[in-house]
Amino acid sequence: MTTATSAAARAPFDRTLLLVMPAAAFMLLLFIYPFIYGLLLSFNPKNGGALANYTHFFTTDNLWPTIWTTLKLALPATLINVGLALPIAYKMRNKSRYQRWVTTILVVPITLGTVLIAEGMLIYFGPKGWLSQFLQLIHLYTGPIRLTHNFWGVLISLVISGFPFAFLLILSYITGIDPVLARAASTLGADPKAQFRHIYLPLLAPGLAMCFCLAFVQAYSVFPSAVLLGSPAGPTRVISIAAYEAAFEQYDYSLASAIAMIMGFVQLIIVAAVLGLRNLWYRGPVSGGKG
Amino acid sequence: MKHDFSELRLDHVTRRFAGAGGKAFNALDELTLTIRRGEFIALLGPSGCGKSTALNCIAGLLSLSGGSIWLDQTRIDTLPPEKRGFGMVFQNYALFPHMSVAKNVGFGLRMRGITGADADAKVAHAMKLVQLIGQEHKLPGQLSGGQQQRVAIARAIVIEPPLILMDEPLSNLDAKLRIETRAEIRRIHRELDRATIYVTHDQDEALSLADRIVVMKDGVVQQIAAPKEVYEQPSNLHVARFMGYRNVLELDVVREDGDRVALTGPDVALTGMRKQPLNVRRAAVAIRPDDIVVGGNTGDVNIVVAKVENVEYGGRDSLLDVVTPSGTMLHVRGPVTTARGDSVRVHVPVERALVYPLD
Repeated sequence: MTTATSAAARAPFDRTLLLVMPAAAFMLLLFIYPFIYGLLLSFNPKNGGALANYTHFFTTDNLWPTIWTTLKLALPATLINVGLALPIAYKMRNKSRYQRWVTTILVVPITLGTVLIAEGMLIYFGPKGWLSQFLQLIHLYTGPIRLTHNFWGVLISLVISGFPFAFLLILSYITGIDPVLARAASTLGADPKAQFRHIYLPLLAPGLAMCFCLAFVQAYSVFPSAVLLGSPAGPTRVISIAAYEAAFEQYDYSLASAIAMIMGFVQLIIVAAVLGLRNLWYRGPVSGGKG
Repeated sequence: MKHDFSELRLDHVTRRFAGAGGKAFNALDELTLTIRRGEFIALLGPSGCGKSTALNCIAGLLSLSGGSIWLDQTRIDTLPPEKRGFGMVFQNYALFPHMSVAKNVGFGLRMRGITGADADAKVAHAMKLVQLIGQEHKLPGQLSGGQQQRVAIARAIVIEPPLILMDEPLSNLDAKLRIETRAEIRRIHRELDRATIYVTHDQDEALSLADRIVVMKDGVVQQIAAPKEVYEQPSNLHVARFMGYRNVLELDVVREDGDRVALTGPDVALTGMRKQPLNVRRAAVAIRPDDIVVGGNTGDVNIVVAKVENVEYGGRDSLLDVVTPSGTMLHVRGPVTTARGDSVRVHVPVERALVYPLD
């Protein structure tokens, strides 16, 4: 820290730094204080010792399995979102009118919000919904269609709401890669497949990891669609439902806080694992020399 | 990929682009050129003249709007770039930032399925050719501009291409490095004994490197000739201007006598050599500053008396701006002892005053 102090001694205090204060206060009030409050609350149970909430969670049969229930929804949803967004964004990487149109259409779900998406899906995918009626009309499939009020309903809604987000993020990473690199690779004998594998994919890996983390965190905290489109008592009883019940049905805020902390911890583990993997890849500029 | 070839033939190669307002224009208009093995060709012209378009068409990075490209008897303009097997050096080098220098250089070999000791030997040979031994394990971002440039060259030549394409490879280097690397490129070209097509806007580079220069303007070829001829006998006024004929005087034609043309102005009378047919009574005389002799006393022909307006010191000599009483200005190289305000007599050798029709 000696360099920092000597630098501070030489340069007078930059008063424009004070402009950060409102934002810092905002962060403190809205994020840091509630988090610490919740953390402390979780160690302060209604009855029992400091760890009573946590032992309760991990020994109760309708609580601890919610970790896996949520993972079973969030991981496939995230993999599908990132996996679908990557090839489409790759196809869209060159600026064109086409790109603008497709981007606009794909982004529409973001504007809807989860509840509206759930409503729409109930009408479209429901047992008497448009999809079922249409399939019967063309005699393609006449059996019952069960895509709502179960695992699949929630998964589909997570894809619809999460995909545009993953797509936009990956598109911005891809368009940041200098296209001249792929052209150089092509003159060296790389066909389009090899260009993707050897040039785009390694340069995109850090961005994909980041995208995966953000999409996963979003999916793991799923709540409205798990209630509206899933079966909240059974296969889509996700961890946020458990927290909701603790807080607003049993009025046990302390237990609810503990569940929220566990949820955050699971997200943290996955994110740390993915970012750890990212470090194995190249990270640095994605252009090929002097600009 | 065949390496033994005798010539690359460009036959009326044309490339159209949609311009502003949807109007198509020819970025490259009917380029016809045959490049023989061992030749070094420079495509020379100002930016927007179509030289890079031509290079990208040859590399396969742009499709043709018309014409064809042949490598001996094989038509190649329908092949994608990865099937043509030409080595290309890009202006900003386009090194793969996530690969080590050795991996960059070896990329083309890897794409061809050449691996192991065979590939290592070829990479080592290319690294030696560009004098980069010892840098193999660095990432491109850790190298200087000049070193990155050499990696780009090594990467292009390691696949032993029949043709090496270079797109202004020296434009990002500083002046000293540019001259050094220029000599390197010429040496590498000689050692490889392939053909090189080199795009540049710098006439010094083109003159010093090329066996033949293709001068272009607005997508159209102006002149294809050896450096000496382009330098001494530009085919038209545009080429002359581009090759450093800084003095272009518009004068009245008095008499044409074979190729010799006598012209006159308010207080200048010059005789020069006609380079293109003239059809009006006015013409342009193009003269290079270096060709004008200060203090000449060679008879009465082509003597101009003028006053020195400006002096730029240039070491061995000075660049003078001299102005006649009626205001005609000439750029002249003269002795460093000349001072501003001096009155001088300058002599223009008849064979170095080139007469062209006006633009």
